[in-house]
Amino acid sequence: MDILRFITAGSVDDGKSTLIGRLLHDSDAILEDTLEAVAKATKNKENGEIDLALVTDGLRAEREQGITIDVAYKYFTTEKRKFIIADTPGHVQYTRNMVTGASNSQLAIILVDARHGVIEQTKRHTFICALLGIPHFVVCINKMDLVDYKEEAFQQIVSDYQQFSAPLGLKDVAFIPISALKGDNVVNNSERMHWYKGKPLLQYLEEVPLADDIELSKARFQVQYVIRPQTEALHDYRGYAGKVLSGVYKVGDRVNVLPAGNTSTIQRLEFNQKTKEEAFAPMSIIMHLADDIDISRGDTIAKADDLPTVTQEVEAQLCWMDTRPLVVGGKYLLQQNSCLTPCVIKEVIHQTDVHTLQDDPEATQLQLNDIGKVLIKTANEICVDLYKEIRSNGAIIIIDPRNNSTVAAGMIATAF
Amino acid sequence: MSQYYLDYLDQLEAEAIHIMREVAGQFERPALLFSGGKDSITLVRLAEKAFRPGRFPFPLVHIDTGHNFPETIAFRDHLVKEIGEELIVGYVQDSIDAGKVQEKTGKYASRNVLQTVTLLDVIQENQFDACIGGARRDEEKARAKERIFSVRDDFGQWQPKKQRPELWNIYNGKINKGENVRIFPISNWTEIDVWSYILKEQIALPSIYFTHQRTCVLRDNQLMADSPFLNKDADDVLVEKQVRFRTVGDMTCTAAVASEANTIEEIIEEIKASKTTERGTRIDDKQSEAAMEDRKKEGYF
Repeated sequence: MDILRFITAGSVDDGKSTLIGRLLHDSDAILEDTLEAVAKATKNKENGEIDLALVTDGLRAEREQGITIDVAYKYFTTEKRKFIIADTPGHVQYTRNMVTGASNSQLAIILVDARHGVIEQTKRHTFICALLGIPHFVVCINKMDLVDYKEEAFQQIVSDYQQFSAPLGLKDVAFIPISALKGDNVVNNSERMHWYKGKPLLQYLEEVPLADDIELSKARFQVQYVIRPQTEALHDYRGYAGKVLSGVYKVGDRVNVLPAGNTSTIQRLEFNQKTKEEAFAPMSIIMHLADDIDISRGDTIAKADDLPTVTQEVEAQLCWMDTRPLVVGGKYLLQQNSCLTPCVIKEVIHQTDVHTLQDDPEATQLQLNDIGKVLIKTANEICVDLYKEIRSNGAIIIIDPRNNSTVAAGMIATAF
Repeated sequence: MSQYYLDYLDQLEAEAIHIMREVAGQFERPALLFSGGKDSITLVRLAEKAFRPGRFPFPLVHIDTGHNFPETIAFRDHLVKEIGEELIVGYVQDSIDAGKVQEKTGKYASRNVLQTVTLLDVIQENQFDACIGGARRDEEKARAKERIFSVRDDFGQWQPKKQRPELWNIYNGKINKGENVRIFPISNWTEIDVWSYILKEQIALPSIYFTHQRTCVLRDNQLMADSPFLNKDADDVLVEKQVRFRTVGDMTCTAAVASEANTIEEIIEEIKASKTTERGTRIDDKQSEAAMEDRKKEGYF
């Protein structure tokens, strides 16, 4: 069994929470006491049906306002997969939460209201999910019950969506007509839409192939922590603990330790407290090298014949997440996995209008929820790949040293 | 299926180990909050996987309410001896004696809320900058929205609206002096995941998780362990029952479930068939719909 992490994105009234409630409910992930609590909290409902949306609206502040203010994680398991849902709000001001949820997702569910079709938020959510490199998309055209389950309404939206998303180059997009409220095509095929020949949503989620998403050709490993027991029995033990970010390492592989550039050979690999011949992503391992080299947290160990770019200058797509706008020329911290370095954001190259997908080269600033490309100079050398090539080694966060908060998510677009 | 494929439990384990090593790499004085429950026992196993053959880069910290199950304390002491790591115990009784908190009265009196004060004192005295905990997002609605690295202010408070964005597997643990970070490596595990892992790893647990005969107080349809700490009145009925505990908290706020399950396999079968959640046996969560949200804002785990 494996894990599928997915994000659900939609506008305020697209029925997103209802869909999640439906998936959880119909896969028996909601237990009686939770349902009782939800039933108790269901108010202003005329028909007596319980409000499945309330299953995901966690905090009291949200329930009072009837909105979702943060990323909520939900879990359910079927015979085939464990699912982790990042439920993110559709409000304009909360782009940052969507970026957060999208960063760890392998699949995006984009909800479209069948009555309204592709709207600005649909475009914005699709753009963000594409920017974050999510490999699989499912466009759920919801509320089909309100358009009499008509195929024409569905086809029109499919065609509109394909048209606007063409420039984004999405590799894998499926379209499913559903009614989250009535349960059509969510868990079971709908009796009311025989014209739809595809899989219902849950089956699609269970079967979408994930094996190809893992990058195996390029091996990347960053040291998180050096294990040195310094006991008599283990006097010479020196293990580099970290996670394989991508690819495969084997005992005997020639490696470079970056950014210093020293070379050595993998002497031993430990996984699960046992010695292994090879290790691959996303294992958390301990690596031993044949030579005694000075290696510390944040250093990269890569195979000598296939190295990341070692640089102090990158261009990155940033999503700005703080109420204080980006200060061009200001000092920030850049964190790439376990590697932390001071940096300066030298220039805003362009800002992208998330509604029209047009780049504005005149832009000089990024504010909360803005997305744009910037030029970053780092104090120390970093070992990176392009985000579109290796997601796990091309992602960065920007931290404001004045309050230590994470102010931007970044995806490396060019490494000099 | 590719030969380079990790089963879901191995993926969850790899993620948890990665998080623990980030704690070790980013903080000067971390601690592992140990309750004696299955989740924190699982954390100990994950710490072994993350740091052996080295020592843990943190002590275990237990907040002893004085109302713990004796089986839990015995298990704790045995485990600490076995792994050879440091244990720091904070006593709620000390906070009561110092006049910092007041013992609750009445039928539903529990020291559960009081332990937050003791915890914050222990954090301050030892200058812990990071506390690893075994909370999971599937447990409760407020927990579903908490980050893996959750920054607490000088007063230990969680501020849900001011959470830092948490992206990819990049964890920002930078804090100001006086602040600390709560860290939840098994955030993405469900109750069944934890039990499946315990089974796979053959992890030992306190005996109260398995079926045993016990004198219980039947109250509000819940089976409470009879103990000197439980305030009883005329309405309470004493029953002898074959029970086990699904979570391990204080004797005053953890209800038992009638169960014959004697092995981990049987427990997993029982949970899969169960119609209630784990927190359903926690009286502390039933106070109000936002009970956990409120306690977290005050500095609870």
